[in-house]
Amino acid sequence: MNPSVDQSAVDKERRIWVTIACGAGAAGGIAAAVPFAMSFAPSERARAAGAAVEADISALRPGEMMTVEWRGQPVWIVHRTPEQIASLERTNAMVVDPQSARTRFPTPEYARNVHRSIKPEYLVVVGICTHLGCSPTPRLSAGAQPNLPDDWPGGFFCPCHGSSFDMAARVFLNMPAPDNLPVPPHKYLAATRILIGEDTAA
Amino acid sequence: MAEFKEAPAGAPAGVKFMTWVDNRFPATQLWNDHLARYYAPKNLNFWYFFGSLSLLVLVIQIVTGIFLTMHFKPDAALAFASVEYIMREVPGGWIIRYMHSTGASMFFVVVYLHMFRALLYGSYRKPRELVWIIGCAIFLCLMATSFFGYLLPWGQMSYWGAQVIINLFAAVPFIGPDLAILIRGDYVVGDATLNRFFALHVIALPLVLLGLVVAHIIALHEVGSNNPDGVEIKAKRDASGKPLDGIPFHPYYTVHDILGVSVFLMIFAAIMFFAPMMGGYFLKFTNFIPADPLTTPVHIMPVWYFTPYYSMLRATTDVFVNVLVALIALSAVLSVLAGGLSQRGKLMVIVGSLLGIAVLMFFDAKFWGVVVMGASVLILFFLPWLDRSPVLSIRYRPTWHKWLYGVFVVNFFMLGYLGLAVPTALNTLIAQVGTLLYFAFFLLMPWWSRIGEFKPVPDRVVFKPH
Repeated sequence: MNPSVDQSAVDKERRIWVTIACGAGAAGGIAAAVPFAMSFAPSERARAAGAAVEADISALRPGEMMTVEWRGQPVWIVHRTPEQIASLERTNAMVVDPQSARTRFPTPEYARNVHRSIKPEYLVVVGICTHLGCSPTPRLSAGAQPNLPDDWPGGFFCPCHGSSFDMAARVFLNMPAPDNLPVPPHKYLAATRILIGEDTAA
Repeated sequence: MAEFKEAPAGAPAGVKFMTWVDNRFPATQLWNDHLARYYAPKNLNFWYFFGSLSLLVLVIQIVTGIFLTMHFKPDAALAFASVEYIMREVPGGWIIRYMHSTGASMFFVVVYLHMFRALLYGSYRKPRELVWIIGCAIFLCLMATSFFGYLLPWGQMSYWGAQVIINLFAAVPFIGPDLAILIRGDYVVGDATLNRFFALHVIALPLVLLGLVVAHIIALHEVGSNNPDGVEIKAKRDASGKPLDGIPFHPYYTVHDILGVSVFLMIFAAIMFFAPMMGGYFLKFTNFIPADPLTTPVHIMPVWYFTPYYSMLRATTDVFVNVLVALIALSAVLSVLAGGLSQRGKLMVIVGSLLGIAVLMFFDAKFWGVVVMGASVLILFFLPWLDRSPVLSIRYRPTWHKWLYGVFVVNFFMLGYLGLAVPTALNTLIAQVGTLLYFAFFLLMPWWSRIGEFKPVPDRVVFKPH
């Protein structure tokens, strides 16, 4: 290919030095690339913006839901009625992970129960479907509705690919979504104030 | 398909792959024409590093610039804070910013040295006039790019520097003020100006620059490189047509240029890590104050690489315009009396100089300052036709020519220094003398480049193996 290189007369010593020089050059190049790669990471400001958010639930009546933004995501706080809490026993057999044991979105141990929360009346979940990230629509009332089965117990329905979740945001069997809606770390600062983003372990 | 080449039977995979590619894209031909079989003179010296270094700095500026645009906000209310965000909060942001600001100054260092090499060795002479002209166009684009980029941090110096330069265009008679409004996109320098300067700095001019650089290299490869002896290496070839004094660019100059790159990067890194502000010359202290349209900083000056031209602009006062009038009159009288011109030529000189004098007296010195500054850059384009020396390289010119070039360099530095200093009566006078010297070097070149005792130019290049 290159007529000016005589393959039989390669100078071994020169080649060693060429290799060392190439190695040094490569090391320098990689070192120079580091700041550029680093600059893709979240900045201090972005990390600071991930701080915890306080929610006031004093005005939330049974059957109502409120949305709070935490880390750019919608966090739902649902004040469940006694009927909605009772429906959870029925849906135990119809959901993929009734005990919230799956580890992809680890459920905090204070929420690893049937109602998936610290207090049974209040559900706190991140409203992002575990399939591909759309935000499901709340379908809190029970009974027949468009797109839902006749024995719908109440819960959430994701319009993008049709996953549905029960009143504890647990995903039903045979849905595109693999996991229950994540429960964020949270704690009660008082009976009417929830701090989302930090729990007692933090 | 009929002209497809076949790889020989049993050829290794690499050969078969390259045959496939070469049948569809002239890869090996480009490699040979521009690298492995492109013959460059074997006596290229230190001054010949700066072309490849310019290309390196262009790449550095583009890459660091891309990463800066990921975080910079081109909005007058957000720009300054976004630069501080890059410096303090983006991981590794501070070093990317310093790379870009150091690179901007180093670009001019490298380009000035690159251009000076051409002056030393007559690299702009026939047949390389177009290489030089395209290079001057690159220089103009570079100046524009750095000017647009300087507004982006939206500091005090950014704002007022842009204000002054845009007002240069407002000084043009008749159309000036409207032109300035069109450039600014508003009645004052503001958000509209910042946004359009961002687009010009980040995309428009870099694209033009890249195109011009490609043209510059294609033009150079068409005629071949000059060398420190000014001897045409293509004049003496061996039996197979290769220049006797030429060596293939790859591997000789690719490896040689790695040396230049290594030393350059060491200096670059030293500046970037230990002195990125360079005492206020690379990054001005005043620019760390957010732009305030109501207060001009005490010391306004452009960045160091524009200062020679800036001091020529400032030196053009009413008094200086009168001096120019006198000089035009004097040169008209001389050329009519002793220029050996035809009747028609003499008439043209008289009419032309009278017109010139009338126009000079009619318009403000402010406008002529802009013209002088523009002319000081544009005169470079004419160098191939101003230089009438019988030899290309300074090595074979009379010794006093070398002193003349030295005077030119010292004068250029002096003009640069004066551009940084506060304008006083004495400084202005010295700058005026410097301006006249600068233009005299070029305008009188057709005459002085021919006089003196020239040394004999050798047939072959002067090369000592080392």
